[in-house]
Amino acid sequence: MLSITHYLVLSLALFTIGVIGVVTRRNVIIILMSIELILNAVNINLVAFSRLFGDAAGQAFAIFIITDAAAEAAVGLGIIISFFRNRETVLADEMDLLKW
Amino acid sequence: MFDTIGFYFFAGLAVISAVLVVTRRNAVHSAIFLITALLATAGIFLQLHAEFLFIVQVILYVGGIMVLFVFVIMLVNLDVAIHQMQFNRMWLVALLLTIALGAQVYMVFHYAHAGMTEPLFHLQPARASDLEPNTELIGATLFSQYMLPFEIASILLLVAMIGAVVMAKRKV
Repeated sequence: MLSITHYLVLSLALFTIGVIGVVTRRNVIIILMSIELILNAVNINLVAFSRLFGDAAGQAFAIFIITDAAAEAAVGLGIIISFFRNRETVLADEMDLLKW
Repeated sequence: MFDTIGFYFFAGLAVISAVLVVTRRNAVHSAIFLITALLATAGIFLQLHAEFLFIVQVILYVGGIMVLFVFVIMLVNLDVAIHQMQFNRMWLVALLLTIALGAQVYMVFHYAHAGMTEPLFHLQPARASDLEPNTELIGATLFSQYMLPFEIASILLLVAMIGAVVMAKRKV
């Protein structure tokens, strides 16, 4: 195993790329993909620390994160489909029904 | 040696494809690069001797979630959206957020050695054999120490399934 810093830097890079995607993109589907990137970065951290301390609990938590990601993708994509059916758009800044 | 090469290969692949996910105009291209990024992450898991998570990542993420994404991209008509502006004017916010996040993470790990005898970055990793047999250890952890969170996760999946069906149904 390389030093833990390598993994932390990699995970921080993926996390910030994901955050930039969430903040700057207009397409909701790509925003959801960026959220998947963020969750992946968290998983890398968990597994790296699990390896560092020789404790399987970190990997067990990574499985919980993957479960969360699956649930979030299912519900989020369901919302996108139903919204697209009503408003014919996937752009985040046109989803302003609450702003009236 | 192989360890180092593997890490840099998979890390570079992951970062490059993550950048491409965020910058591509076409959502289908983004989805393809997201698959590459997820596979590269799976490679990192393999390099960290987390074999079970490697296979879970490949089957569940690449095989399950990404298929869902591609399906929705195909269902949603993107021909219009592709010719519209892809980015909103939030670059400054994104930059500030990135700097703040980086500083925050650095501070956390800088001060993280409070209860330890030596700084976090100088800790020697445990032996790789501590995590073997990998699947058996994860299973034992999940079904003894984290039994309640495991059951809650299964209820979460049920709720998500019902929620997705209700959301995507034609008439509520």
